[in-house]
Amino acid sequence: MSGIDQSKIRNFCIIAHIDHGKSTLADRIIEMTGLLTSREMQSQVLDNMELERERGITIKAQTVRTVYKAKNGEEYVFNLIDTPGHVDFNYEVSRSLAACDGAILVVDAAQGVEAQTLANVYLALDHDLDVVPVINKIDLPSADADRVKEEIEDVIGLDAEDAPLISAKTGLNVEDVLEQIVQKIPAPLGDSAAPLQALIFDSLYDSYKGVIVFCRIKEGTVRKGTTIQMMATKAKADVVEVGYFGAGQFIPCEELSAGMVGYITASLKNVKDTRVGDTITNAQNPCAKPLPGYKKVNPMVYCGLYPADGAKYPDLRDALEKLQLNDAALQFEAETSVALGFGFRCGFLGLLHLEIIQERLEREYNLDLVTTAPSVIYKVYKTNGEEIDLTNPTNLPDPAEIEYMEEPVVKAEIMVTSEFIGAIMDLCQERRGIYQGMEYIEEKRAVLNYHLPLNEIIYDFFDALKSRSRGYASFDYEMLGYEKSELVKLDILINKEEVDALSFIVHSETAYERGRKMCEKLKEEIPRQLFEIPIQAAVGSKIIARETVRAMRKDVLAKCYGGDISRKKKLLEKQKEGKKRMRQVGNVEIPQKAFMSVLKLDED
Amino acid sequence: MKKELELYLHIPFCARKCAYCDFLSGTADEKMQQEYVDALIREIHEYRSVYHDKYEITTIFVGGGTPSILTGTQILKIFEALYQSFQVAEGAEITMEVNPGTVTNEKLHFWKQAGINRLSIGLQSVNNEELRMLGRIHTYQDFLNTYKAAREYGFQNINVDLISAIPGQTLESWKKTLSTVTELEPEHISAYSLIVEEGTPFYQWYGSSAEAGEEKEYYPLPSDKKGDTHPALPDEDTERAIYELTAELLAQSGYNRYEISNYAKKGYACRHNLGYWERKEYLGIGLGASSLVNHTRYHNTTDYEKYMEGIIEQKEIYEEVEKLTLSDEIEEYIFLGLRKTEGISVKEFERQFGKGITDIYKEELEKLGAAGLLIGSWDRLYLTSRGINVSNAVFVEFLDPCLNEEI
Repeated sequence: MSGIDQSKIRNFCIIAHIDHGKSTLADRIIEMTGLLTSREMQSQVLDNMELERERGITIKAQTVRTVYKAKNGEEYVFNLIDTPGHVDFNYEVSRSLAACDGAILVVDAAQGVEAQTLANVYLALDHDLDVVPVINKIDLPSADADRVKEEIEDVIGLDAEDAPLISAKTGLNVEDVLEQIVQKIPAPLGDSAAPLQALIFDSLYDSYKGVIVFCRIKEGTVRKGTTIQMMATKAKADVVEVGYFGAGQFIPCEELSAGMVGYITASLKNVKDTRVGDTITNAQNPCAKPLPGYKKVNPMVYCGLYPADGAKYPDLRDALEKLQLNDAALQFEAETSVALGFGFRCGFLGLLHLEIIQERLEREYNLDLVTTAPSVIYKVYKTNGEEIDLTNPTNLPDPAEIEYMEEPVVKAEIMVTSEFIGAIMDLCQERRGIYQGMEYIEEKRAVLNYHLPLNEIIYDFFDALKSRSRGYASFDYEMLGYEKSELVKLDILINKEEVDALSFIVHSETAYERGRKMCEKLKEEIPRQLFEIPIQAAVGSKIIARETVRAMRKDVLAKCYGGDISRKKKLLEKQKEGKKRMRQVGNVEIPQKAFMSVLKLDED
Repeated sequence: MKKELELYLHIPFCARKCAYCDFLSGTADEKMQQEYVDALIREIHEYRSVYHDKYEITTIFVGGGTPSILTGTQILKIFEALYQSFQVAEGAEITMEVNPGTVTNEKLHFWKQAGINRLSIGLQSVNNEELRMLGRIHTYQDFLNTYKAAREYGFQNINVDLISAIPGQTLESWKKTLSTVTELEPEHISAYSLIVEEGTPFYQWYGSSAEAGEEKEYYPLPSDKKGDTHPALPDEDTERAIYELTAELLAQSGYNRYEISNYAKKGYACRHNLGYWERKEYLGIGLGASSLVNHTRYHNTTDYEKYMEGIIEQKEIYEEVEKLTLSDEIEEYIFLGLRKTEGISVKEFERQFGKGITDIYKEELEKLGAAGLLIGSWDRLYLTSRGINVSNAVFVEFLDPCLNEEI
């Protein structure tokens, strides 16, 4: 691979709104560039984590090198850099884009431009990428290529005249895409003799090789034995191996030089040392300055994770440590809850990230978890001048000590057809959104701009958006910053005892409503017990809502027949199993899923 | 001395499946019924070598399904086989379950001849609308005819099965059922509160939680073409009132409650069922029947084909054999014993298991006592009436006794 002509390299990614066919097109490109035979192809080569396949999304950026013989008879090396497709992973997307020289924009021929399409295109243009539009799913009966072309031109301002009309599914016209990659995406620049300057756009932990760093060489050359240094984390190591990416495998090579995309292994033990966005340089001959755009990604959402079985606490710690090897964005620290015992307060990039980690813990590590309601990070300014980043509502200081609080706010773009504008504006209003403006992008579609508190959208905003627009609205957001807000801690008392794991922070105006709904929800979730159980919501010492779970009155088995005692016993055992899945708080048994109740307050 | 043993025979046939019933039963033609009776007789013969000389049979119970659906001759043949294979004690209690509408004078004659001395008649309600609702095949008048005929043929120990909390039932209609039945003076009354069991039409109509007070859409029964809606289950307050009224009214009429749902005149408690609750040994014969012998519980297969094949080819017909551990036996002793209103004896527990019940279950007993669900008085532990109402929740506390710790 060494000595390849820089002018024959094309580094690009595919960007698209979810479900517009990004992964399918990637598969087709890999297949048609002949790297793999059809038989070897799994349906979606890029998504190799089991979980990703089931969810139909790509979590971790991956990349593939293929060789394409163009119509002009020349062979080109394509580095297809995969990008994660969710707003939680926005920063990772931006670093992947920074590793590219161009991007293929896939737009669904029926659905047209969506919120994520826009967000991704703007991100790509921010990185000076040449964007090549492609119209996919042209074989659908509802496809309307002319309309979509117009949209791309009007809304995005890209020339879509020559956009290939393809079906990634059937392979129709995908050849045209390959040719356009050669023609329209520029070859990389950079001097192989200059000091090393390489961008980390992903990394993963492998139990044999240690950390594998995915990088784009901007300047210079790296080879086995080079002592490299990460410019932000300062970590140093000797390169053990360099190479490029086959589909699903690592293929070692001599060296990586300017313009190339590949991997480096260097006996690094932790992905914390190889932060996405950091610059790798040669420790002996460093470059003048790092590449722009590095930032340390910080968790946006926190929640408590507790083992359902307290004895599994060490297992949970081990599992989190293992996952963290591969996921620098995941943070955790030990915490204790009166209701739930020993567990961890964990930080995530967003709710999807949280769900993925939770599912991996349950599936890959066989852990049964109790998850508390997710919370954003609030800034608490105390009267004594102290400033606290609050990740656990329980730790909120006494209101008397609080000068004021701030909450994170995002800038949201919601794309919606005109008939649902009213409904969506109502929703944003309910979620304390501040209207910023609206633009019609075509006769029947508009982009709504809102500033929304992050804590109003992390739970179920996306679902609410979908249900109020019959699935038509799409949504994207970015962090705006912190704003002062009237916030209070809502406590839940069950049988007169405060349950710490159920406390959450709300805006003072919605406290009453949330408290009432929370009590109603808990009344549904908590089964009747041998005595009456009051459920109360309180702000400070003031009770703002109350429900009662009536005492169980009848719990008798029917006729016990023909001496089949075992059957009866099995029923009792089932009942006992049910009890085990509950948490004992005082003398009340609370089902584990009740701790997530706050997530479902808007269901009705 | 011979060991005591109870016999249970299962007849899995009925004329039509009731809408609430989840027992192992179904309809069958005459040929199939005869085939089953033949198999049952073969199974009975198999036991002779093991049981005849060592055991004495104290009670026999023929249950179902609807055993009375069989012909008189079939019943007689079954009993002839029983008397060949087992030694039945003098004065043994021999019960058969009977469904009104399947009884003839001829059958009564044969039953008497077979030695049956106790009939358990499934009435459920005296209200014909409620009977139709339950999917019963008979009216109250049918029951009355059966009951009177049974008396005429000299059956002096009769149980009447009743079900309360039937959809559409009111306190008044239940009162009517109780007073009508007590006037007939059967020796024994079983009064169960309806449980909506999974897999039954009732479950479709009323759901698992069987939340009270909701009208459900009507799905006609196969043989029921009338298109009205299903009445709602009685609401919780009515249901409880019905339940409490039962004990009260029956006590006034001289019926003593000796188990959660069973009432009897003095001397007429069902010995067979008491046997289960006292963990006496029993042998179950027929499809899906269970046995408890030598600290082991055997379960005959519930698969009709497998049962028939097993009998014909003389293969094993057990679906499951459970060797009971000490812990199993302790749990069972408690949750079965506490079904009886007299509860369990602390001394007897210690005699059987060599451990003190108050040592094993110290915390549980204290907790349940404090909650007003259980009373300990001298030698006995028994449920309060509130404890009876929520007996499952009480029994659950006694599962998985802690036996390994120092006690």
